[in-house]
Amino acid sequence: MTRAKLATVWLDGCSGCHMSFLDIDERLLALAESIELVYSPLVDNKVFPDDVDVTLVEGSVSNQDDLDKIRHIRQRTRLLVSLGDCAVMGNVPALRNTIGGDAVLRRVYLAPDLTNPAIPTAGVPSLLPEVLPVHRVVKVDVFIPGCPPSAEVIFYAVGELLAGRQPDLTDKTRFGA
Amino acid sequence: MSGVVTLKINGQDIGAHDEESILQAALDNGIEIPTLCDLPGLSRIGACRLCLVEIAGNSNLVPACITPVQEDMVVTTDSERLQAYRRTIVELLFAEGNHVCSVCVSNGACELQDLAETLGIDHLRLPGLHPAREVDASHERFILDHNRCVLCTRCVRVCDEVEGAHTWDVTARGIESQIIADLNVAWGDSESCTGCNKCVQVCPTGALVDKGRSVGEMRRRREFLPYLTMMRKENGK
Repeated sequence: MTRAKLATVWLDGCSGCHMSFLDIDERLLALAESIELVYSPLVDNKVFPDDVDVTLVEGSVSNQDDLDKIRHIRQRTRLLVSLGDCAVMGNVPALRNTIGGDAVLRRVYLAPDLTNPAIPTAGVPSLLPEVLPVHRVVKVDVFIPGCPPSAEVIFYAVGELLAGRQPDLTDKTRFGA
Repeated sequence: MSGVVTLKINGQDIGAHDEESILQAALDNGIEIPTLCDLPGLSRIGACRLCLVEIAGNSNLVPACITPVQEDMVVTTDSERLQAYRRTIVELLFAEGNHVCSVCVSNGACELQDLAETLGIDHLRLPGLHPAREVDASHERFILDHNRCVLCTRCVRVCDEVEGAHTWDVTARGIESQIIADLNVAWGDSESCTGCNKCVQVCPTGALVDKGRSVGEMRRRREFLPYLTMMRKENGK
């Protein structure tokens, strides 16, 4: 039996959606029999494979690295899932959109009481001017709102997707759930 | 002169007083129509357009809350077309403000959030505008967060119609529109505000809230409103 290739990716989020995924608990063992987790912050694979069946995306697209990553991933994924309010809506990372990325950097790194005020540039990706939900950048196939979506909802949605069905999330989750 | 008319709502025969709105007639017969600006006990103004319904022979959609019933009217309260409009309206409200349910005091007790859920909105097709809006925390006991305001004007109406203070009103146009206290002063400096907190109780979102509440802690008490309105009317007669 060929197992479905599942990936999870962590963009600008708090990892809460991944924690909620892990909260599936012992049912992960049953899930593990039908999937192969090919890329994830939870496993050690550094390269995103070429032919992934389902990718769960946590977090918004907030910097250049997020943007490059999600474009790369979209090209190699059959079904892309926006998991949680940051991926779906921008959520907390997008709070900065009212003032913009530059203003945030100035406020944090050039505050007058710092001993060595400087905006870091080496080794960190540049912030995008606006924090974006994933579907503003690439095509998204399934949206799972929630902050985080419950383990129940994630388990159900992944199960439906692996079975080749579109999950019906009506009355199961909501923004802020 | 008031009389009784008969009409059909969703195929159901209904009798109603001829001065009643379609919304009222529907509610009286257990037919639900989504609303946001409407609240029992306050005047109806047709601001939010969520209660738009179809009337046979009329190509325009009409707001059920301010359209009176008529003899032989044939009303449809739910259709793909209406659902599409309602979804768009709620998405526009989300996109125009800064609604972040996960960190809002009203998370779990918000009518905008509920509408998104019941209408099956799982993402916004429109880009969020993220306007820079103020938070007025100048009042001793309450906060007005313009980021979460949908301009339903329930606060304006309850303050005017029930409390009689008319502290709240609306200024400017379009995306610049906002609720103001008196002649645009900080709420805490308002001379007309009685601190009665009726506006806080009727707010559908997290725009008007008690100070000191954390995420998801805000709850409203609104049962008093229809009774208060009824008693005021009886005394006035």
